[in-house]
Amino acid sequence: MRPVAMAFRGVRERRVSSIITILAVALACSLLMLVWAFKKEAEQSFAGANGGFDAVLGPRGSKLQIVLNALYHLDESPGLMKWKDFEQVGKYPAIEAAYPIAVGDNYRGYRLVGTVSDYLSKHSYAEDRHFEVEEGGALFEEKSMNAVVGNLVARRLGMKVGDTFHPYHGLIYNESAKHEEIYTVTGILKPTGTPADKVIWIPISGIQTMSGHDPSAATDISAALLKFKQGANMAGFQLDMLYNKQGNRLTLAWPANRTIVQFFDKISWFDKILQAVAVLVAIIAGGSILAILHNAMNERKRDIAVLRALGAKRFTVFTITLLEAVGMTLAGVVAGFVVYLVLGFSIGEVVQRETGVLLSPFTYNSAMIWAPMGMLGIGVFSGLLPSLKAYRTDVSKNLS
Amino acid sequence: MALLSIRGLVKGYPSEWGGRVDVVNVIAFELQPGEQVLLQGESGSGKSTLLNLIAGIVVADSGEILLSGENVSSLSESARDTHRARSLGYVFQDFNLLNGYSCLENVELGMSFGEGADREYALQLLARVGLANRQNYRPDQLSQGQKQRVAIARALANRPKLVLADEPTGNLDPTNAAIALELIQSLCRENGAALLFVSHDSQLLSKFGRVVDLAELNQAACLSSKGGGIE
Repeated sequence: MRPVAMAFRGVRERRVSSIITILAVALACSLLMLVWAFKKEAEQSFAGANGGFDAVLGPRGSKLQIVLNALYHLDESPGLMKWKDFEQVGKYPAIEAAYPIAVGDNYRGYRLVGTVSDYLSKHSYAEDRHFEVEEGGALFEEKSMNAVVGNLVARRLGMKVGDTFHPYHGLIYNESAKHEEIYTVTGILKPTGTPADKVIWIPISGIQTMSGHDPSAATDISAALLKFKQGANMAGFQLDMLYNKQGNRLTLAWPANRTIVQFFDKISWFDKILQAVAVLVAIIAGGSILAILHNAMNERKRDIAVLRALGAKRFTVFTITLLEAVGMTLAGVVAGFVVYLVLGFSIGEVVQRETGVLLSPFTYNSAMIWAPMGMLGIGVFSGLLPSLKAYRTDVSKNLS
Repeated sequence: MALLSIRGLVKGYPSEWGGRVDVVNVIAFELQPGEQVLLQGESGSGKSTLLNLIAGIVVADSGEILLSGENVSSLSESARDTHRARSLGYVFQDFNLLNGYSCLENVELGMSFGEGADREYALQLLARVGLANRQNYRPDQLSQGQKQRVAIARALANRPKLVLADEPTGNLDPTNAAIALELIQSLCRENGAALLFVSHDSQLLSKFGRVVDLAELNQAACLSSKGGGIE
């Protein structure tokens, strides 16, 4: 019988404590990967989900709030900006495209976003990627009562082309706040993996002139999404100077994705706590391996003495014990990957539902290598002491 | 040529009152190939220590143990392990079967550290000790007598030249003790292995052609049956 098979027997013999140890290793490994790898993926995905825009111009307020509201369709707008401000920024020579958006209504909790049809037909939300509607659908026309539904919303609400709906006032669904207008779905967007999937797009005039809205704000918008011309490197600085430093009515969030990165930086203390917890769990898992094997050694001195009496060398019993530690850690690491994927997909699902941003636990990160290797290292290190104990077992004293 | 030849073998331990006490002090002892010897002695007379010395589990203070002409005492620990794995079978009073393994696997363990496991042969041995139908049982599912039969099969698994049996009937009732003794003796005979059987049970005297009293062995030269040892 080979040492590997004998080590497997040892692990199986103590199945309850072995399973607990394997679970501890799995938890530690998955936590390490989630905290490092998945967090990085979340940062990159959020920063990358800027919809292909370089900057967002909005009413005076927090840059983060403007970006969250205009690009990620989260949070409320800090206020309204005038249409003429939108037109003015659109004429700036370095601007390739400017699109207005207006928010303020929802349908069953999903935000209605008013914009111009050019946004959905001409803008590329990522490199070489344009919005497309599913077969049989069409984009809305300006000033129509038509809607294009984001893919996630369509799936969740079961909406299809030809369906009609009443918008509801506000960003939070309230049955009593129904608007009289009836919108008809003309298209379902193909999945984009961006926040565009989790909203319903209507002509901007729809939001501006919706029944019950303040008529004096009928030309106002929530924000302007800006794309700079290629090579217009100074545009951001100049507009930042114009709106943020010299002006006091509007706020320019530029670069749009840096605002999100800065947000992640601001909550990095929370990452540190998670990292500390993950490392602590890893240490506990290592301690668990050490404890289980160390205790097992006390119970198994006779077995080891018998193996030695049958001709097993010291190094063989050392190897068997170490293999038990390695085996439990390996099983834990494999289980850890499974736990990581399950948690990753679950978190990704929640994040996509809430933000529209697509997170993939498969995206490579170096933590996927060093976390399992680190756990294996901890496992081997924890197995050394019990293995040495096995190595030094006195045969004659322990043979009954 | 003797299979086992012991000369001037001394093994002592520090005593509680200071100094050393010699537990084993054998001037001379020989065992011929295939010979079966009963080694008798009181508790604490050093029987197990002598077997451990022959097995290379403990190292002598002085003297030599020649097994097939090779001096076990002068071998490195690793070489003694190999010597045990390839040339010796060991039967213990408490059976010392491993509970995490089936009967078949316990027998296979007897050969795992030597030439390697041979399942066919392990099955043959289990059948020979009457436990073919218990091959997948674990030791804790067996009676005491069955456990010792598995231990006997294990001791013969590596086709040893010499089987050391340390009070193997000590924990068995008379019926099972007789079965175990008969099995050890006949299996050793069938396999051409010599047997050094340690017991303080005087009822076993008649079962062996040669009986050695360890107390006397420790004091005087005790040669093989051909040399006129204690019989």
